[in-house]
Amino acid sequence: MFSAPVLNYSLLAPILIVLGGALLGVLVEAFLGKTIRATAQLGISLGSLVLAFVQIIRIHSERSLSAAVNSVAIDGASIFFQGTVLVLAFIGILFIADQDNFAAQASAIPGSEEERSAIQTGKQQTEIFPLTLFAVSGMMLFPMATDLITLFVALEVLSLPLYLMAGLSRRRRLLSQEAALKYFLLGAFSSAFFLFGSAFLYGYSGSLSLTGIANAISAGNGNDIFLLIGIAFLSVGLLFKVGAVPFHSWTPDVYQGAPTPITGFMAACTKVAAFGATLRIFYVGLSAAQWEWKPIITTISILTMAVGAIAAIAQRDVKRALAFSSIAHAGFLLTGVIALNKAGLQASLFYVVAYGFTTLGAFGIVTLVRDSAGEVTDLNRWVGLGKKSPLIAGTFVLFLISFAGIPLTSGFIGKFSLFNAAYESGNILVVVVGVLSSAVAAFFYLRIVVMLFFTEPTSDSVTVVIPSVMTRIAITVCAVVTIVLGVYPSLLLNTAQTFANFLA
Amino acid sequence: MTTSSHLVYLIALPLISAALLLLLGRKTDKWGHILATLVSASAFGIGVSEFFAMQGRSGDARAATQKIFSWISVGTFKVDASLLLDQLSICFVLLITGVGTLIHIYSIAYMSHDHDRRRFFAYLNLFIAAMLLLVLGDSYLNLYVGWEGVGLASYLLIGFWNQKPAYATAAKKAFVANRVGDVGLSLAIMIVFAQFGTVTFAGVKAGAPHASTAALTAIGAMLLLAAAGKSAQFPLQSWLGDAMAGPTPVSALIHAATMVTAGVYLITRSNFIFDGSSTARLLVVIVGGITLIFGALIGTAKDDIKKALAASTMSQIGYMILASGLGPVGYAIAIMHLLTHGFFKAGMFLGAGSVMHGMDDEVNMRRYGGIGKLMPITFATFGLGYLAIIGVPPFAGFYSKDKIIELAFNAGGTKGIILGGATLLGAAITAFYMTRLVVMTFTGAKRWDEKAHPHESPILMWLPMAILAIGSVATGFLFNSGNSLVNWLAPVLNSRNEVGGEELMKPIVVSTLALLAVVIGVGIAIGMYRKEVPVVAPEKVSVFTRIARRDLMQDAFNEAVLMRPGQKLTEGLVKTDYFAIDGLVRLVAGIFASTSTTLRKIQNGYVRSYALIMVGGALALIATIWVVTL
Repeated sequence: MFSAPVLNYSLLAPILIVLGGALLGVLVEAFLGKTIRATAQLGISLGSLVLAFVQIIRIHSERSLSAAVNSVAIDGASIFFQGTVLVLAFIGILFIADQDNFAAQASAIPGSEEERSAIQTGKQQTEIFPLTLFAVSGMMLFPMATDLITLFVALEVLSLPLYLMAGLSRRRRLLSQEAALKYFLLGAFSSAFFLFGSAFLYGYSGSLSLTGIANAISAGNGNDIFLLIGIAFLSVGLLFKVGAVPFHSWTPDVYQGAPTPITGFMAACTKVAAFGATLRIFYVGLSAAQWEWKPIITTISILTMAVGAIAAIAQRDVKRALAFSSIAHAGFLLTGVIALNKAGLQASLFYVVAYGFTTLGAFGIVTLVRDSAGEVTDLNRWVGLGKKSPLIAGTFVLFLISFAGIPLTSGFIGKFSLFNAAYESGNILVVVVGVLSSAVAAFFYLRIVVMLFFTEPTSDSVTVVIPSVMTRIAITVCAVVTIVLGVYPSLLLNTAQTFANFLA
Repeated sequence: MTTSSHLVYLIALPLISAALLLLLGRKTDKWGHILATLVSASAFGIGVSEFFAMQGRSGDARAATQKIFSWISVGTFKVDASLLLDQLSICFVLLITGVGTLIHIYSIAYMSHDHDRRRFFAYLNLFIAAMLLLVLGDSYLNLYVGWEGVGLASYLLIGFWNQKPAYATAAKKAFVANRVGDVGLSLAIMIVFAQFGTVTFAGVKAGAPHASTAALTAIGAMLLLAAAGKSAQFPLQSWLGDAMAGPTPVSALIHAATMVTAGVYLITRSNFIFDGSSTARLLVVIVGGITLIFGALIGTAKDDIKKALAASTMSQIGYMILASGLGPVGYAIAIMHLLTHGFFKAGMFLGAGSVMHGMDDEVNMRRYGGIGKLMPITFATFGLGYLAIIGVPPFAGFYSKDKIIELAFNAGGTKGIILGGATLLGAAITAFYMTRLVVMTFTGAKRWDEKAHPHESPILMWLPMAILAIGSVATGFLFNSGNSLVNWLAPVLNSRNEVGGEELMKPIVVSTLALLAVVIGVGIAIGMYRKEVPVVAPEKVSVFTRIARRDLMQDAFNEAVLMRPGQKLTEGLVKTDYFAIDGLVRLVAGIFASTSTTLRKIQNGYVRSYALIMVGGALALIATIWVVTL
């Protein structure tokens, strides 16, 4: 006998609205004429994100484990992560709205007659909007899922649209498609690890829920080998998504190949969602086994920070450089997982918001620097940009110094509170490596500053396009948030403190 | 202690005026100088009314305070921006605003051809405000603000004509020398706070008797360093001569009458510190003694009329510092000399300015001669100042300097004889170089170019000179009759009437000796300079003259002892930085760069390699966990 599952629609409203918006987008794509399609898609996307965020605010003080048959948790952390994903996705959509970045007809073979005619007739498909919304719904589900099956479903829901979106670049389409394929293959590979790990954990505990696993670990009468393999493989799946070393290899290639607005969206929102899930799994499900996993996560955190910071130095492509920067930041965020205390959770919440805005802003600026053939990502050609477009270059520098963690930017507060939490939990080594990698990374960021402002422009130079209104708004918001959180961090720190809790 | 509500206007008026003139700029060119002068005059008016109000109160009620706002409040460290007007500070308030106003009036005419006259007056007002804050602050920290303020005003005014590089350099030199002294003051304040937990004069005064002698000596030495910087005392004296680059009214007000005497104020204000440490007092006396001879010797060789007067200022302040190191009554005597000096030296500087005004800004006395007949008022007022400074009775300088000489002889034993001898010698040299100055400038044959047309200055210039001349005549007698000044200051300085000490000889003998020294000095000078004075300074002169002309090698000394080793040290540091520190940095950077390149090669773009890395990573994970849990 099956009994119909009881769903609390009120508490699930945010995610349902986003899914509804995505489905509506699919219909619009199919039935609406091309003249108003883009506008309608944009309206639906932004509208559903706003509506969903309103719902988040409505339920912000609700706490429940039974909203959907015990498979999702409505608690402080899940509400915070969902809200963050929604806000960052909103900014991301503003960048995506600049359709010039996307293939007119993604199904057309690169260089074919079909593609040429699509561009000439101004035929522009807008499937990117519903795809984004589907991804967003997965990203919202991922941090709130409390059992391994839901986690896996969320992981796939957020990943599949991203694989597609990575291949939609209008220019350098082969590179873009290669990136999409790589992302897909490696993503599938990591999903297999995740699923395999889940199976081992089920085998160990006889339960799929995080609380069940936690109870089994506390009871301690399962097969430890199963637990260890389960933790290791589950970690592989998660660490792949956050881009931690040695599961990071896809990051530079995919970040480089994907359309830049998508790269920004992935870098910001995927990281938020993946860390949301990672934090929940380790804080709620596996905290009792911390003596087993802490050493490896510590090692991975150190490796990730070091490799991300060091490898960034030799990069000549701005998108690849930002990719390694995002790897280093994943390492910083892992220190929040290792801290395993409330301060660590609070700092992680702050950090993902700060990092998300800065990342979106930085990639947003990359979309503006172009020559006749489209975006220019070769750093050598950015030389002297500060003389030509001081405002744009200056804003980029703001994002860079926030990445570098220099005071009066959100990056500084984020790093400071993360390292502080890790220090209090006794993980001194991580903090030392973190600070040292920050120093190494700072070299790389400041080198770009020198290139932008203190080097004479060459003849082979680039231009900065006048940003569209939406891009301008998005970059401005990112810059303002970066400064405000740096100058007046208690604004968000207090909120993060309120929401820094897991329901178990 | 009375509370007053209008002390703040003393400072606020000139400060606002300065701000107005600087911010509104050229718009105020037409009336800026008048506003500045009126403001200074009203500050003087407030000072006078406060003075009479103080006369009307008695005992402890004489001093007035005003809290303006709570400035710093960190833990136990609380400082209010408060003003204190007591018997000591009123003397300075009257001197600063009184002489200041006269010099404002004088400057209206003196600077009339300068198209930056407004800026000049703005700086003068700024100086008045800062100097008043210096003497009115009720704590060392408030004093420090004023102290830095006058330093700034002095810097701006020395370099007022900064289009001439030499003048700009002079301003910088004054600034740097003053910084050294300022470090002393800030250290003194820190020790004071560490020792007493407060920086107010009242609090420190209450705590001083219980403090250790070592602490008091340290504070005293640092305060002396500060005083040496501001008051151009040995070994920080070298800037004052160059400071004459500023317009002459500035030299009169800042570098003769008021700012350079701030060091004397600082020491007398800190009497409770120096009372507790004989070592600190000895240091003060030594510095004062050296400087008074040092300055006087430089004065004998200078042909530049302003530099000769500057050397004289240095020497006279040496007298004051010396006096303030000689115990309770010495503080009051130092203040008396400071006040009389304020009148006669300011008057003489204005006189020098008047001569320069008539002589197309010529400062070389060898190109003067016989000016007395053409500029009778200048000659007369200058002459009165001259009689005052060399100490002819009954002019002002006689009373104050005579007291200092007497005090020095009474210091006791060998010390008394050395100090007395030094002051006596100083008096003789003073008489010599001042007579030389007067003879070369005002008497004898004319040696100036045919192009120059010396003429008497306008009334706006000679009136202030005349008033100051009256001061040079009368103040000494006024201060001394019935020991009025010493008595007036007694509550603050703890000074008694009599000179005290072991009396080496009767006061009348000391006075006679002093007068004898003056007569000898004057006689030698007249004998040497009455005859023909060569227009170009003779080259074939004794080595002593040459040394004196070069300011007793003070710059050479600074260069050899401070500048060269400093440069060597800096060079060494640069080399260390380049080879050791940067070398290390380059090494580290090289390691990172090569690591980075290696990492970049691993990133080869093949999915199969990436997948392999992932598998390797996963296996490593399991292996690690397994090892950890063994």
